[in-house]
Order: sequence, then structure tokens, then C-alpha cells
Amino acid sequence: MEKATRFTLRVKITVVIFLVLFFLPIYTGLTDNGFYLDLVNRLMILAIAAASLNLILGHGGMISFGHAAYLGIGAYCVGIPAYYGVDNGPLQIFLAVAASGIFALITGAICLRTKGVYFIMITMAFTQMVFFGFVSVEEYGGDDGLVIDTRSNFGSFINIEDNINLYYFILISLIICLFLIHKITKSRFGLVIEGSRSNEQRMRSIGFDTYRYRLICYVIAGCICGYAGALLGNFTNFISPEMMDWAASGELIFMVILGGTGSLLGPVFGAAAFVILEEWLSSLTLYWHFIFGALLIMVVLFARGGISGIVTYLGNRKQ
Amino acid sequence: MTPILKITSLCKQFGGITATNNIDLNINEGEIHAVIGPNGAGKTTLISQLSGDLKADKGAILFQGDLITNMPSNKRSLLGIARTFQITSLMLDMSTLDNVALAVQAHSGHSYRFWQDARQDNQLIEPALYVLKQVGLLGRKDIITRELSHGEHRQLEIAMALATQPKLLLLDEPMAGMGGEETQKLIAIFKKLKTGKTMILIEHDMNAVFSLADQITVMVYGEIIATGSPKEIRANQKVKAAYLGDEELQTC
Repeated sequence: MEKATRFTLRVKITVVIFLVLFFLPIYTGLTDNGFYLDLVNRLMILAIAAASLNLILGHGGMISFGHAAYLGIGAYCVGIPAYYGVDNGPLQIFLAVAASGIFALITGAICLRTKGVYFIMITMAFTQMVFFGFVSVEEYGGDDGLVIDTRSNFGSFINIEDNINLYYFILISLIICLFLIHKITKSRFGLVIEGSRSNEQRMRSIGFDTYRYRLICYVIAGCICGYAGALLGNFTNFISPEMMDWAASGELIFMVILGGTGSLLGPVFGAAAFVILEEWLSSLTLYWHFIFGALLIMVVLFARGGISGIVTYLGNRKQ
Repeated sequence: MTPILKITSLCKQFGGITATNNIDLNINEGEIHAVIGPNGAGKTTLISQLSGDLKADKGAILFQGDLITNMPSNKRSLLGIARTFQITSLMLDMSTLDNVALAVQAHSGHSYRFWQDARQDNQLIEPALYVLKQVGLLGRKDIITRELSHGEHRQLEIAMALATQPKLLLLDEPMAGMGGEETQKLIAIFKKLKTGKTMILIEHDMNAVFSLADQITVMVYGEIIATGSPKEIRANQKVKAAYLGDEELQTC
């Protein structure tokens, strides 16, 4: 019974969230308020990125401090072809996912040989390399960034130059990515990843080559985040190296922890809380980062499961 | 009877200390072979050399006629050698069933399956449940491993080793730190498993050793001083002097 209640509260919240997301453009269309649409677009893109980070951080126990690199790589894979007049959507998406996957494979192969603090530092170092790489390339704007004139072109089928279409494109992407991650974490592969987080040595002694499984997981997470980056490039119409400096990676970790590590909807809660709080607090005071920090400390100290954990707790208490 | 495991002049040194010194031992198929001896006699080193966790300095190990002296542990595991650890090593964040299912999965082909729900996969769940029933943990299958008692952790260790369907089971002090009742439970489990499995058992609990073992080997300072049936070992003067002692016999 206990389990069933928890489930229903969770399902209720999920249904409400997705209903709101689904009908939001109608509301903003009626009130002619594009601001909320932009806010939610950013929220959903960050939710995909955070969900992909959660796959390695929450499920796999790999604390990557360089996940924002894939947001940048994905966005540049839209921006650079667009700069040369190539706006083919499927091609740009393919480039974004493939380039992110290759970057994840190369850096992951090295990073995953280390553990703990060293892993955190080396993932951060690789991302900083990409950051400074793009800063130094004057052709694509250097640290001023690059304006993307045209969004990805998916033919007459879906025209994402239209803001409402772009919104639904992102919403459907979010749902598909969450579904994919859900499937992966429940699969045989996901079980190996979870086991490797819990006790890697024992996993090896019962016969798993944990390094390979973890590396593949790392690449999958990179690909999904690269896709989010391609969406981000389309949404902002602008790309700069700042998207992938180490603070941006920190923000993604913040979202995952705030939302609840290892839970499917946690990153969505986390990204939502992050974006909304950022918007709200920064309108209140200039020192909003201070409140942000205090909030994170509270979550870590008193609500280890993050927002997702609080939902579970409330669901149980209702019983 | 042909020996399933043949050990010849096996050696291991740690710096100046000789942990195992010219061990010659044959283990027959289907027997429980206990290895006893005082602390530091090299019993765990011997097990680690058999499981592949430690490399042998010298000597040879033949398992079912194959030379496995230099084979890594995951390959030996696939050949049918499983070990339990003296210090429990489990996936503490996962359920009891998950722990065993992973052990089954490790030996049931590859794990690059990303779509099907593993927890609904009968190829994994059925053998896992069967093994949990064997060790008496079926009622605790959904409990997170961290919350199990010490005795249950030991049972789960054994379940995970069994889930790999080993022909040879290496048990490193499975009763360590257990109460009398829990020990009795484990003894009963091993007695039931005896058909069809060969076991090497390191144990300090003499009750368990003498009620389970078909053969007993006594090690002191890295060397074997006697091998024989429990009766012969009880009567062996050398063993009495070196290890069992009058006092200890009385406490058993």
C-alpha cells in the first residue's frame, strides 16, 4: 500500500507538470506574454542536460565537473554550420551528438582511470580546455560568442523558426530523453552501472569489466547532453564559450543535487527550481547567489534526496 | 576418485614472510575440504591464489586438468571457481535480489542490453530467486542490502557465489562473527549444498569444521602439517601439539 501511495503522489505531480508544460503556449499566446515561454524553454533544455548528468552522477557515481562542455559542443555544432550557411537540422543534430560522443569517448577513456577528487578535477580540466579552445578561435567570435542567424531547418515538416513549434520540439525532446534514460537505468546495462557505483571492486570480482560499462554510460550521457546543447543553440540564437565554463558545469551539478540524485524526474525538478529561483531571487536582490548557496547547503544537510526525496517523503506521510 | 583440483608446490612470499610454502594438495570432486590452522598460517593466501586474486610465486594449480596458475580471477570465475570473502563485500545500496541477479547476469552472456527491464527478466530473476531460497534469504529479497544483519550479509555472500554456478566453492571463514544460531543455519545450508559441489572451507569454528568436512588439512606457518579425515586429524599428535591443543578441544 505504501508503495502505491508514493506512486500516486509522484504520478499526480508528473501529470500536473506535463499538463502545464503542454498547455503553457496557449496561455502565453492568449496573454501575449512570451517571457514565460522563454523561461520554460530554457528550463526544459537544462532539464535534459541535468538528466544526462544524473545518468552518470546519480546512477553511475561518476561526479563529472565538466558536463557543460557538451552543451557548448552541441550549440557550436549548430552555430558553426549555420555560420557557413548550412542549416540542415538533422545534420546539425547528428554533428552535435556525434561530436559530443567522440569527446566523451576520448576524455572518458582517460578520466575513468581515475577516482574521486581526481576524476572531478580531470573532467573539469578537459572542459576548460574546450572552453579556452573556443575563446581563442577568433573566426567564430572568440569570447564574444557567435550569433546564430538561422535555426536548424527540418524542412516544411517542423518549422522551429516559429517559437511555439520550437517549444513543442523541446518539450517532446525532453519526454523522449527522459524515457530513454528511464529505459537505460532499468536495463541490464543500467543494473551494471548501478552495481559499479555501489561496489566496483566486487562487480569486477563477479566477472564484469566495469571500466567498459562506465565508459559507455559516460558516452551516452555526453551524447544526450550534446543534443541538449543543439537545442540550446537554437533557442538562444547565440553561442559563446561562457556556456561551458566550469561554473556552468557546477550549475548542472547543483540542479541534479537540488532535484535529487538518481531519480528520473529529479533533474527536471532541479532545473525548474534553479531557473525559477534564479529569476525570482535575482529580481529581489543583487546578492541572490548568496541565498542560492545557503539553499544548497540546506538540501545537502537536511534533504539528501533533494526535491524528489521530499516528494517521496510527503507521499509516505500522507499515508 | 579423480581430483578436481590439483595443487603442486605452490608458494607465495610477502617480503620476507613466507605465506604459503610448497603446498601440495589434491581436492576430490564433491567433497568438503576444510583448511584449518592458527592465524597467519596462510589459509587466506592459499584461497586467494586459488581464486586468482593473488599470483603464485611458484608452483602449479590444475583445475579439472587445465592449468590455471596464471589465469586472472574473472576468467577463473567463468570456469566455475567462486569465492566468498572473509570481509563482506556487497553492493550495499541495492536490494538483496539485485545483488544476486547481478551475479547471475555476469555469467549469462553479455550485459549490453539497454532496453528490456532487467528486474522483469526471468533469465536473471528465476535463478536468483532459486539461490536465495537455497541460502534462506528469499523472504528478504526486496530489502536494501545495507539493512541486513551481519549473518544475512554472510548468507548473501554465499548466495552470490552460488549464483555463478560454481563447481568449486572457496569459502573464506563464512561463519566469522556469527552467533551460535546463525552458525547452525549456515552449517545446515552447506550440508544441503554438498551434493554436486566441491568446497574448500576455511573456518575457525571447530564445530562447523568437524560436522561438515570430509577431509581436513592443517596448516601452520605456510606449510601443511597433516591431511586426513576428521577422525585422523583428531587423533594426530602433531596437530594436537601444534594447533588444536588440549584447551581448545575442550571448548568445542
